[in-house]
Amino acid sequence: MHALIDTKHPAIAKVGVVLIAVTLAVLPFALAGIGTAWVRITNLAVLYILLSLGLNIVVGFAGLLDLGYIAFYAVGAYVYALLASPHFDLHWPFWVILPIGALVACMFGVLLGTPTLKLRGDYLAIVTLGFGEIIRIFLNNLSQPINITNGPQGVTLIDPFRFGTFSFAKTETVAGLTFSGPIKYYYLLVIVLLVVIVINLRLQNSRIGRAWEAIREDEIAARSMGINTRNMKLLAFAMGASFGGVAGGMFSAIQGFISPESFVLVESVNILAMVVLGGMGNIWGVILGALLLSFVPEVLRYTVGPAQQAVFGRTLIDPEVIRMLLFGITLVAMMLFRPAGILPSALRKRELETARA
Amino acid sequence: MSSPDLLRGSGIAKRFGGVQALSGVDFSIRQGEIYGLIGPNGAGKTSLFNVLTGIYPADGGEFIFEGKSLAGLKPHEVAARGIARTFQNIRLFANLSALENVMIGRHVRTHATVFGAIFRNARTRAEERAIEKRGYALLEYVGVARRANDLARHLAYGDQRKLEIARALATDPRLLALDEPAAGMNATETAALRTLLENIRRDGTTILLIEHDMKLVMNLCDRVLVLDYGKKIAEGVAAAVQKDPKVIAAYLGGDVELDVARA
Repeated sequence: MHALIDTKHPAIAKVGVVLIAVTLAVLPFALAGIGTAWVRITNLAVLYILLSLGLNIVVGFAGLLDLGYIAFYAVGAYVYALLASPHFDLHWPFWVILPIGALVACMFGVLLGTPTLKLRGDYLAIVTLGFGEIIRIFLNNLSQPINITNGPQGVTLIDPFRFGTFSFAKTETVAGLTFSGPIKYYYLLVIVLLVVIVINLRLQNSRIGRAWEAIREDEIAARSMGINTRNMKLLAFAMGASFGGVAGGMFSAIQGFISPESFVLVESVNILAMVVLGGMGNIWGVILGALLLSFVPEVLRYTVGPAQQAVFGRTLIDPEVIRMLLFGITLVAMMLFRPAGILPSALRKRELETARA
Repeated sequence: MSSPDLLRGSGIAKRFGGVQALSGVDFSIRQGEIYGLIGPNGAGKTSLFNVLTGIYPADGGEFIFEGKSLAGLKPHEVAARGIARTFQNIRLFANLSALENVMIGRHVRTHATVFGAIFRNARTRAEERAIEKRGYALLEYVGVARRANDLARHLAYGDQRKLEIARALATDPRLLALDEPAAGMNATETAALRTLLENIRRDGTTILLIEHDMKLVMNLCDRVLVLDYGKKIAEGVAAAVQKDPKVIAAYLGGDVELDVARA
């Protein structure tokens, strides 16, 4: 975990870690006080952070613009749904399915990566966009002649995560505290998130991460310096995809129901916006971007209507419209005033500089 | 003249559409020498670099490096064999620090895998430390250590050239191929570059040098290959090549003197 801690001021860092840990531990109960919906929103936000961190490997580190990333989320979600639901009457335990989902998504990552190795920029974006749509359309239509995905109806009654008799879906009361299903999932998600953050930080500051960044900066120079760009790009696609696969499996279990409609192009764009908004290539920036883009629209959903009521006495404009408008304006303003993201990657370098000097 | 050939090119040919960039170029570079590659603009010098380092496949001919053919190798495989290069228009990893640029050069000589990176076992940690140490040492060697943590794009032009050489040296090359390293440098910087290149040779790396600065070429290179319109027009000891009428004609009678005077 040392990668997470600022080594300059160990004492302050320790206090910081404890504060963050306490906040993360107490947060779901505070949110449950406002409404259980907020715990669910938080869980979704954590899933989006996982997705953004996965996409960040491909887009932020290796510089490969991927507009079909949601496909890997879909693959992970369907692997879980098909192996843990009445659809095929399979009910495998989640700790078996999640690695399978990661592996299958990883294979799809390589499948997408292989034909796109020579493409960059716009061309790569178009191919990946097509790939994302192909996966969704397959999911939509693989109900005939053999019913694999159940088509547009989706898969229902997906098993929650279970350890023996302990189910993540049941509400339990321990020592006066009520642990609802979403709260249990929250803790699981936070643990997975911490693991993924550590993996990302370690990858970035490694031989592999540097090779990705070299490809992003200048592919010809990278090849001439002895980097096998083909393997490194495939590795980036595979790693990014497997994170997406794990997140998809968890999404499946949390929702209990999935259909191809959850995996539309707009979702890919949304995740890309999180990565770009926060600051491509910077793990903390990406997390911040994902948090903002997950929460701000939800906060607006609950505040835009009442605010109009208070000011005008009635609802003039549909809150949904204003919400998307504000959201759009924020994004445009961000790109105008901070095009490198809220926490651009180069900031990290400057921090490094002062730390070493 | 007893040193064995490190690199031998025979019948190297490359065509781009209607342009014959290289036709039947033969040459050999001996172990431990500084070998110049000169010729007017468009003579095919950089094309020869690109074919040698595997960026373009050759249409004909073959390179033999340390007794083994380089035919069909990809750029990263050529680098692994021990040929490192720099670029005419500097191609650094602009948004990474100078140190990271050099550390990336170590990629081809190190082994950490994804699993090593994620689990950070003792072996990976030791390798990382060695990479960083070597990176600093190389920055010292070329004289840009004080800029180690600055982004490559923030470095002065001359320092960028030096950093590119450090990055190439990080791959432990047997042959260092430099594409106009003195371009855009002032006299002081060029003098420092000359010392650097002499040190590199002294420390055991053979150098292949494309350069327009004739004074530098004549002072530094043991032997020189002259290309014109993709053909070899002369090869030999610098002083002799300089007097070759074909070479003087290629430089349009007088341009050679002009270059020397300017330098």
